[in-house]
This record gives sequence, C-alpha cells and structure tokens, in this order.
Amino acid sequence: MGDIRLMKGNEVIAEAAIRCGCDGYFGYPITPQSEVMETLMIRRPELETGMVVVQAESEVAAINMVYGGASCGKKVMTSSSSPGISLKAEGITYLAGAELPALIVNVVRGGPGLGTIQPAQSDYFQAVKGGGHGDYKLIVLAPASVQEMNDFVELSFDLAFKYLNPALILTDGVIGQMMEKVELSEFKPRWTEEEIIAKSGTWATTGKTADRERNISTSLDLDSAKQEIFNHKLQAKYRAMQENEVRFEKINCDDADYLFVAYGSSARICQKAIEIARKKGIKVGLLRPITLFPYPIKQIQEMLGQVKGILSVEMSAGQMVEDVRLAVNGKVPVEHYGRYGGIIPTPDEVVEALEQNFLGE
Amino acid sequence: MTATTELKNIINEENVVYKKTSVLLDNEMHYCPGCTHGVIHKAIAEVIDDMDIQEKTIGVSPVGCSVLAYNYLDIDWQQAAHGRAPALATATSRLMPEKYVFTYQGDGDLASIGCAEIMHACNRGESIVVFFVNNAIYGMTGGQMAPTTLEGQVTATSPYGRDCQTTGFPMRISEMLAMLPGTRFVTRESAETPGAVRKLKKAIRKGFENTRENKGISFIEIVGTCSSGWKLSPVKSNEWMKENMFPYYPLGTLKDE
Repeated sequence: MGDIRLMKGNEVIAEAAIRCGCDGYFGYPITPQSEVMETLMIRRPELETGMVVVQAESEVAAINMVYGGASCGKKVMTSSSSPGISLKAEGITYLAGAELPALIVNVVRGGPGLGTIQPAQSDYFQAVKGGGHGDYKLIVLAPASVQEMNDFVELSFDLAFKYLNPALILTDGVIGQMMEKVELSEFKPRWTEEEIIAKSGTWATTGKTADRERNISTSLDLDSAKQEIFNHKLQAKYRAMQENEVRFEKINCDDADYLFVAYGSSARICQKAIEIARKKGIKVGLLRPITLFPYPIKQIQEMLGQVKGILSVEMSAGQMVEDVRLAVNGKVPVEHYGRYGGIIPTPDEVVEALEQNFLGE
Repeated sequence: MTATTELKNIINEENVVYKKTSVLLDNEMHYCPGCTHGVIHKAIAEVIDDMDIQEKTIGVSPVGCSVLAYNYLDIDWQQAAHGRAPALATATSRLMPEKYVFTYQGDGDLASIGCAEIMHACNRGESIVVFFVNNAIYGMTGGQMAPTTLEGQVTATSPYGRDCQTTGFPMRISEMLAMLPGTRFVTRESAETPGAVRKLKKAIRKGFENTRENKGISFIEIVGTCSSGWKLSPVKSNEWMKENMFPYYPLGTLKDE
C-alpha cells in the first residue's frame, strides 16, 4: 500500500503538485481554495524539490507568472475560485493561443459576481466553452473525490504537455473542503534542464543556443491568413482530444431505464440518489463525465436506445444540460435539476426531481 | 595598386573597428522614422553581445509598439499580455535563476495597465532588468494619452491638451519605484546622441550584472520620442523632447546600491 492519508481536497492538490514534480505554483488567496497555497507554504517544497511557490499580487499576475513559467517548459500551475478565474481568463486564453502547457484549478463557488463562498458548479460554461476570448478549448477534468484531486494533478500535466494546451481541474467547494481517505502518488523528480530541452526544446524559452533558432512564446500573428491556419491547427488539436481523451464513469447503467448525468460533487449526490430510487423500484443509473472537455458525447448516445429519460443534475441553473441535449439531439427527453447560489441538493430532492419529470408523480 | 584592390586589402578582420552585432537581426524594423526603439534595441543587443550572454538571456516583450521586439533581437522571447511582462519575468527568473531576464515595456504598458505588476515585481526585488521606454504617448494604438503624457500635451484622447484637473498628472514612475526597498538600480537615460547611447549602454550592462547578485531589480527608464504620435519630424521630436520631457523627467541615476 502507498501513502494513505485523511486530507482535504485542497491540501491534496498541493501535495500532488509537489509529488508529481511541479516546478512552480503562483497563486492569490480566495475562499474556498486558499488551503492550496497555504499547504504549499507550510510544506516548503523549495527546500525539498526546488519547486517555486509565489504569492502573487493578484490573480492576473499569478496567471501571467504561469505564462512565463510555462514558456520555459516548466510544469507550472495556479489555483483559484470563480471570481479569481474570471480575472485569469485573459491569461488563460493567452496560454491557449501560445500553445503553452499549464494547470489551472478552479474550486468553484456560487456566483455571479462576488456571489458566495459556498460550493457551486456554475462555472461550467466558463470552463468548457472558452471563458476568455477567441476560439480555444481547455482540457477540463472534474474530480468527484479527494482521491481524484490527487490523481488529476499529474494527469492534467501529462495531458497539458501532450497537447501543449492548458488543462483545468474544475472542482468545487465540496470536494476542495471535504476530508477523505486518499492514497498519495509516489514522488517523482522535477525535470532537469536537459530533460526540458529534450522534451520541449523546439519551443521553450530556455535561452537561444547556437544550434537552434530563437524560441518565441507568443499568441500574436498579425497576418490573418496565418492566423486562420493557426486556428485550423488548434481545432485539429481539439478534435484529437475529443477522439482520444474522453474519460467517464458509468454506475448502475446496465439495467437502467433512466439516467442521471452529473459530474463532480453532484455525481456523488446522484450515487446516493440511485440507492434511494432503486429501493423504490426505479432503475436509474449514472453517467459521470470525468472530462468535461472533451465531453463523453458518444457514451451518452450509446445509452439512448436503453433509457426513457435523462436528468442532468448540476449545482447550477442549467449549464452542462446543454451539452447533454446536444448529444441526445431530441431522441429522449432531457431535463435539468439544479440548486445554486451555494445550495447543495440532497439525494432525496434529486430522486423527487426524477420522479416529477419522468414518472408522473 | 588600383583603388579596388586597395579597398579589398582594407576590408579584412584585423582592420575591423565597428561591426553590427549579430544579436541584432537583419529583419527590417517596423518602427517609424525617428523612433527611439531601434536605437535602444541595438544598445541592448550590443551589451548582450559584449557580455557574451546571448544563450542565457530571455526577453519579455510587451503590448505596444515593441510587441514585435522578438523579431529584432536574436534571443529567446516571451510576448506578454498588456502590462504583465514583469509577472512573466518574475516566474522566468525564479524558475531559471541562472538566466538573464529582462522586460521591455512602454509607458502605456508599464505605467498604466501594468502599474500593479511593475510595482510588485519591484517591491519583491526580482532579479530582472526592466527597460521602460517613456515617450509620453500610446504609439501603436495611434497616439492616445498615456499616464506620462505632459500637461497640455495634445494627443488623440486629449485633443485640447492634457487637462491635469480631470485626467491626473504625468507620473514620474522611476521616482516612485526608487522609493521601494526592492529596487537596487533606478536610472533615467535617453538615446538621442552618441554620448547618451554610451551612457545607456553602461546602465544596461550594470542592470544585467546586478541580476547575478539577487539584490534587487534594475529599472532603466529611457526617455524617447514618438514622431508619429507627437506629429513632429524626427529632428523636431528630439528638440521637443529636450525642451519638454527632460525638465519634467530629469535624466540621471536615482538609485544605485
């Protein structure tokens, strides 16, 4: 057995970063995710692995530090919560436009505006549809447990470097704040300068040597024809992600007449709702998207011959339900159930919503 | 000997007294006639060459006229979002402390939208060099008022002259930053004469050398011209700069520790 602990989701993000050989974290305090940076400051990874941790003057500065670090071919990350992610949006689109790998963690709280510090899932659109300007996509992973908070840090970096694209962990105040058992990853050393040059020497700004052209980290091309070609390249990359990187989990789907689609903490609530519904004789299953982009479109479509109705459960006014409806394309009824503004739905409420929408009760 | 053979004999390596540094690329510059950016680029390139640090130097370019600085200096570059160059440089120098990292920013970029980033990079005393080119106007967007625009100065957004009662006062950024304990070397230079360029190059070298010692940031302001924005000929621009800019932005070293 590995290193098993009882830890908060936010603390695990920090620990997993150190263990996967992250080079730099740049953050700014905001509830409910401040434990990420606090844990790093306590752990002092600069003494252990050489990882740099900087408390920036703003979210804007933090994401631009990430841009600088990512440009050097380093494994760098930031974390924040909803209002802070809005501030980072500019930097995130620059990262996507410059094809830089990086990890951003959004521990979502209720909005809009300053909203509330309680959990929500109302940043789905911002995460998967862009958030900043321009035609870009992030790789979006949605952990539903503290264990996945651990696992997805390294996975995000792997995917970010595979596609040279920023990755985002979209979680919420529930997963960030709750304590659960977690098996921490093994320690991996940070990349050496030689490894960085071997891996990313064609683009990383590590200092121009005589054997190569200068590397330039930029998202600018004033020539529209070239900019369009570049956009084609990005779109091809997003199609490859859709082809290769969809991750999902199916629970109790084999005999299901109805289907919940839910991610993150809503998926946990739906698991309990399934137990309650099945005791009542309602055969319901859960399809949990793990990647929100790329979205498990085919996996939802595969269920359409089997289920009579789909309930999308989110802590939002109905955002992911639009992607469910796009996948389903009218073939079976799709409804949304959500609580928002920081309210977490109970499993009983979810079952009630299923019954009201599909069972005429 | 014919004149041609005589010339051929003269043009050889041992007679070289001046040579364009190879750190400055041959790409045609997009800057307007009379613009100071080209002279400053060359000065930086020559110092990089003199110090033999081309392989270890990372530049961060801004948004503004010098956004394309990466086309002119043969080093690795990062191109920052508007105002954010000091944040990029912070991470770059922290993650690669053996490199020489500099930002190159104009007055709109540094003194307006990027005020927070430069202030905090200076306050943290990052081991970087900042080149702040102050020509008192937004160049690339077409000559609008900057925080450094002088009182009464006509720009596209102060067409009747800058009214300090409603638009604030021209900011002396170097003086502000020199007050911060994190700054080690703060100087205001110019580049309109060979003598000024020589002084500037000394400052650039000092800035790069300072980064080796982790004792604070080096901030080099260069008062420059914007002939297009000022709507003056290159010669008249230099005259206007000396008459109007230098009294308000006096040249000289503010701090050298």
